[in-house]
This record gives sequence, C-alpha cells and structure tokens, in this order.
Amino acid sequence: MTGRGRLVLRIAALLGIFACTTAQRDPILVPEVSQHEVVVRQGFTGADLLLYGAVLQPDGTRASKDASYDIIVVLKGPSQPITLREKRRRLGMWINADSASFRSAPSFYALASSRPLDDITDEKTRAIYELGLDWLQLSPIGGIDQQQQDHFAAGLVQKRVASGLYRQDESGVTISQNVLYQARIPLPSSVITGNYTAETFALDKGRVVASATSDILVAKRGFERSVEVYSQDDPVIYGLIAVILSVSMGWIAGRLFANG
Amino acid sequence: MDVYLPIANLSVNGLIIVLLGGVTGLLSGMFGVGGGFLTTPLLIFYGIPPTVAAASAATQVTGASVSGAIYQHKRGGIDFQIGAVMVGGGIIGTGIGALLFNLLTALGQIDVAISILYVVVLGSVGVIMAREAIPELFGGRLAKLGKTPVKRRHHPLVANLPLRWRFYRSGLYISPLAPLLLGMAVGMLTMLMGIGGGFLLVPAMLYVLGMSANVVVGTSLFQILFTTIATTMMHALTTNAVDVVLAALLLLGSVSGAQIGARFASDVRPELLRFILAMLVLMIAIRMAVGLTYRPEEIFTVVPL
Repeated sequence: MTGRGRLVLRIAALLGIFACTTAQRDPILVPEVSQHEVVVRQGFTGADLLLYGAVLQPDGTRASKDASYDIIVVLKGPSQPITLREKRRRLGMWINADSASFRSAPSFYALASSRPLDDITDEKTRAIYELGLDWLQLSPIGGIDQQQQDHFAAGLVQKRVASGLYRQDESGVTISQNVLYQARIPLPSSVITGNYTAETFALDKGRVVASATSDILVAKRGFERSVEVYSQDDPVIYGLIAVILSVSMGWIAGRLFANG
Repeated sequence: MDVYLPIANLSVNGLIIVLLGGVTGLLSGMFGVGGGFLTTPLLIFYGIPPTVAAASAATQVTGASVSGAIYQHKRGGIDFQIGAVMVGGGIIGTGIGALLFNLLTALGQIDVAISILYVVVLGSVGVIMAREAIPELFGGRLAKLGKTPVKRRHHPLVANLPLRWRFYRSGLYISPLAPLLLGMAVGMLTMLMGIGGGFLLVPAMLYVLGMSANVVVGTSLFQILFTTIATTMMHALTTNAVDVVLAALLLLGSVSGAQIGARFASDVRPELLRFILAMLVLMIAIRMAVGLTYRPEEIFTVVPL
C-alpha cells in the first residue's frame, strides 16, 4: 500500500511540473520504471520490472472514456551482432546447414500493449517504431533474399520467445481511469548485462502522439562481476585459480576420508 | 537453492548440480574413471551451453582424480617416466583440440561434432566393455575356461615405431612415440568432450602398450590429472568458458561422491561393476545418437558474431 501511495505521489508531482512547462498540442506522457538498475549477482533468478506512468490530454485533463489513449511499452536490451544457424537433416543427422547474420539483434525485447496491436495501429507505424516481434529491425549482413531473411528472423523470434528473452503481451498494459497505466515485464536470469531502454508510446487513432524513453542498467556486481572480468582480462590467473580450487578440493576430500 | 553461474550466464538449481557431481563422483570412486563422460552431456541436457559444460567438467575431473593419484603414488603405482611422456602428448593434444574447437566453432558445427564424437567414442568403448563384461557376469566360470590365455606384450603397431626407450616400472622397452600419441589422442578428446578419458586410457595402456597391470590405473590417473589441468588452462585462455561457480558445485558433489563410491566398490563384484559401467556408457551414446537423428526441439541456434 505504501509503495502504491508513493507511486501516486510521484506521478502527481511529475504531472504538476509537466502541466506547467508544456503548452503544446501533444498529450502529456509521464513514464517511470520501478527500478533503474537491475543487479545480477548470486541468487539472481530474474527480475520483474514495472513500467508505469500517466498520460493526460494536452490541456492537462484526463481523457474521456471513449477517447482514451492507447499505450505501448517496449523494453529493449543491448543489440548484438549474431549468426543464426538452422539445423537440417543431412545423412540422417540433424546438423547445422544454412546460416544468416544480423548486425543488430536485440538481446532482449518485450512489448506490452493495452489492446491487440492490430487494433491500435497500422503496419506502417509499427514498422517505423519497431512495435512488435514482426517488426524488429535486425539489419541482415550480406545479400540474402527477403524470403530467407524473413525465415531466419522468424526462427530467431521463435527461439527467443521460447527462452523468455522475447515476448509480446497484447494485453499487458492496464490503464486505470484513463490516466494511470502500468505493465509488468519479467526479465529471465539469462539476460545479458548492459544498457536497456524502456520506451513508452501513447497512440491516438493509430498515430503515435507522444513517446518517452528511460534507461535501465542491468549489471553484474560483486563476486559475479569479478569472475566475469577476471576470466576475460586475466585468463592465466583465472585458469590457475580454477585448477587450484579443484586440486585442493579433491585433496581435502581425500584427507578427510583417510582420517575418518 | 538458486545459484547464478557468472560465465554460463544463467541461474540453475545448485542442489541438482551438486547431486549431478555426486553421481559422477560415485562412478569415479566405483570404477576409477573421472566421470566426465557423464557430466558433460548431463550438463548440456540441463541447459548449460556446451562449451561451458565441457570446460567446467574438465576442471571437475581434475579434482576427482587428485586423491586417487595421491593414493596410487603412495603405493608406487605410477610410472612417472611413461606418465610424463603421456602428459607431454596430452598437452600437445589439448593444443590441437583447441585449434579444432575454434575451427569447428567457426564452421558452426561444434555442437554437432561434440555429439558425433560422443556417439562414436562412447558407443565403441561401451560395446567393447559390454562384450567383455556380459560373458564374465553371466557365464562366470564357463567363459574363463573357454578363454585361451594368449599373452601378448603389446600391439604390433607399437613395436614398429622407431626409437626405443626403457620404461622400467611398466616393464616396457618401446618407442616413446606410442605413449606420446596415446596421450595426444586423449588430450584432444578431453578438450573437445570434457572427458578425462580414463575408460579409454586404461584398456589402451593394457592392451595396446602392454604396460604391467599394477601401474596402469595409477599412471592413467596421473595422466588425467595433468591433462585436465592443461585443458582447464587451455579453455581459460582460448574459449573463456570455465565457470568456477559451476566447477565448484560439481566438485563439491563429486569429491564426496568419490569417497562413497570407493567404499561401495569393495562390496560389489567387479564384473557387475564393469557391466554397469558399460551400460551407462552405452546409454549416454544412445541418448546422444537419438539427439542427432530425431528432429531437435530447437532448429535454430544463435551465436555471437
């Protein structure tokens, strides 16, 4: 209850500022994220991010019931260059056959919207703003034909949806009283570290009328960070530590047994 | 108990990993093998990336063979001379293995290659072991009577190699190239499959090199100990895939399992032990073969560019 109370207060304060400073025709969109830093360390099993905020008409009033805005939130992880390989049956075995490379595949992509995307807006708008798993801009490398490209893009989406790294929830945004919206986005434990961006779009009659971004840092800390850094920067010492660890554990167990 | 693995980049149930290590440790105590052949595939089935699984399993095998090697050293069961030659070969083998690893990764066939190696190596070893163990187990005396005790020193191929050294403890006067090549082959497999190779080394040392039986187990442990150390270093340097947290969990299970297994082993008939080991090896080979021939759940794999 107190958390929710604080939330409302914060939004109210922010709304006040916005109402005073903006005098344009755009609606007022005030997005917020439950946490701006996700710490990956021992015991991390994933996190739930709450993307919430408020949307008001340009004059600072609440939208009427039948003219309320549609809200889409997108949480995107750092983009990576990847190669995607497809297994085919060759000589009775499933081995990697064709492949395609993409320069900018998001490592994480979660979209939540207040209504089905098809009802909210048209394909052109979705393509422009990368709204939906069908419209990810993956930037294929090398000349592969459109059909092949679509096939691999679909494969990537299918694979990452299965592992929880991509998701699209078309009823994931709840809007209360045409003002406050919120969406819960789960991060699985296999997310990579880096800068994530949370984008919020307010749409009216299929047009994006307001958008805002905020940053979320996903970072390893403490022991987990040291392990990762060490293994990359000082592989000799890291390897030696692993060897010493295993030799000493084996030796100690042997000694304990000999005495017991 | 959720544990986050910083190199594998995912969260696992720590108890399952410790238990898995415990099972392989039990095997290593019972059969005198490192158990890497079981750890790597089980970790892969659990969802650990294959490279991390192979690298961390090699680290675990080091720990599983330490106390055995110390014990064998005390009773004079290690031929350090031939052991050193084999370790030398093993280190060269891990280097070749690392090159193959990178080549296969670049070709995009590393996971398929690992599976095929498992099917071929474990399948053939399993069949040989089962063929020996089954008559022993079920035909007891009958088989013993039928067996003609042909005593061959070593394989004719070994005798044809140039250059001969004396290995006193093994009672051998053979070319050092033979143990060197054997070490190399096992080192390569250790790097690629995350196995120690004990179940390959022991028969090869007995039947191919013709070493005297009382130094075979000790010397193979000596070789495994140092080759897996070399493998851990090689993985740390080339693939960066050694996950210390994963290795520590596996070790926790396997070093305790090994001690329990060693007690078990003295109570059970050795023929039965060999039979069970043969069946386990075959099961893993069959599971891997099924994985290769049936349509996999995930047709696509993603690798960073």
